Amino acid sequence: MLNQLFHDPIALTAAQAAGAAGFALVVAFLARGQGIQLQREAGIALARGIIQIIIVGLLLTVVLTSAQWLSAFVLLGMMLAGAVIAARRTKHIPGILKVTTRSILLGAGLVIAIMVILGVLDRAPATLIPVGSMVIANAMNTTALALDRFRAEVEAHAGQIEAGLALGAAPVAVTAPYVRAAVKASMIPSVNNLRSLGIVWIPGVMAGMVLAGSDPIVAAIYQFVVVAMLFGTAGTTSLLCTLFVRTHAFSPAEQLTLRMGEREAE
Amino acid sequence: MLRNIVNCGVPDDSGTHSGRKIALETRNLSRAIEGKMLVNDISVQVNQGTVLAVVGPSGAGKSSFLRLLNRLDEPTEGSVLLYGQDYREIAPRELRRRVGMVMQSAYLFPGPVAENLRFGPRQQGRDLAAAEIDVLLEQVGLEGFANRDVLYLSGGEAQRVSLARTLANRPEVLLLDEPTSALDERAGREIEALLTRILSDQQLTALMITHDSAQAARIANRAILIEGGRLVCDGTVSEVLHAESALP
Repeated sequence: MLNQLFHDPIALTAAQAAGAAGFALVVAFLARGQGIQLQREAGIALARGIIQIIIVGLLLTVVLTSAQWLSAFVLLGMMLAGAVIAARRTKHIPGILKVTTRSILLGAGLVIAIMVILGVLDRAPATLIPVGSMVIANAMNTTALALDRFRAEVEAHAGQIEAGLALGAAPVAVTAPYVRAAVKASMIPSVNNLRSLGIVWIPGVMAGMVLAGSDPIVAAIYQFVVVAMLFGTAGTTSLLCTLFVRTHAFSPAEQLTLRMGEREAE
Repeated sequence: MLRNIVNCGVPDDSGTHSGRKIALETRNLSRAIEGKMLVNDISVQVNQGTVLAVVGPSGAGKSSFLRLLNRLDEPTEGSVLLYGQDYREIAPRELRRRVGMVMQSAYLFPGPVAENLRFGPRQQGRDLAAAEIDVLLEQVGLEGFANRDVLYLSGGEAQRVSLARTLANRPEVLLLDEPTSALDERAGREIEALLTRILSDQQLTALMITHDSAQAARIANRAILIEGGRLVCDGTVSEVLHAESALP
């Protein structure tokens, strides 16, 4: 319908974006009827999203044709931004930005570096930046999920944890079951992506390559490479962030500091 | 203020008088959070083998005081001495092994009873033999429970396992944070009888929070009263219970 109304490609894209955003806002308003206040957050997120992606589009036209070394700085900037966003999503943990920064820099950075060294990822900015951004975004989401779950588990099991500490156990020993739960929970989206690949989900890289005229088999295999890489990133980042966060949940005297408010009475 | 209206003299079992060692001592122990004093300048000495009842109204700071003694929380001022040694000089894990704690709720770890008993010693690299587990379970009246899953225990049984788990660490001082308050009357009485026997048999030094005056009188041989985070009375159990009853 829209392509009959708009003939200019930019006007058509803008109209498509407005249609998609309008639908998202309608959903947010419908949710209000159920007592879920999403409209303000959805409105801000949509406005931010369109502005950010247009700026990225403009930058990409410059960066994708630039020197290879520039890619490293772009990816580094993305990792730092991802660390800030993941830290904001996981509140109530002291020093959380340090944890997310180290986890994403090491987790995503390690996977990207290994893939480039092995030759799985092309060094050309046109490949490295888009695929690298997927790896970083996945690291960011995994970090936020793992940390949020870890915090929830520790708060819910503060009694067991302190009972363990009171028996002379180390923080590592008493938090082990909750670290496992956090890692497992944060890996669920990546495991589901891998399981449903091609069945309920044809991801963007493959779709884009096929649309651009690549052999579908080549596109499919490359997509598998990307999804496997994302799985590896999720595992690495999840393990790293739960390893780093443990030191922030306890004081140097091995007292649990990550609690729902301080005990004020009996 | 209360000291002026109730006779709370120096307890008759203070270290210098009785000749027994001072097992645990707090010196000006305080803990404040965001300006609020939870524990305020408490100094007390507990001799080896003494069972000290810690009484006071709800929210007085009794649990906060007890948590400072095995360093589950950090004091903002003052210190604790274990057999004369400042507890900051003792590694936290070693300190918590020596100063065991039984909490209001059992907080057992999922799995069999025996694994719960093995947990503490295993942290020090000691593996409990099956015979040692049987002895511990016998002490708390749970013979034959070693392989039972903790999921299927009653509240009283779970609290007995919690006590046996703490005893498995061979503590020198036992902290008991209202160990019978979460139980029904019958189970509470059973645990109390068990505690009385174990404390007497093993000559353990213990500090026990209780809201039950009769229980304090039955188990303890000395008591302290805490109100508003402060130590307001330190004396014989009857003196302290009398002081508690005089509180507004």
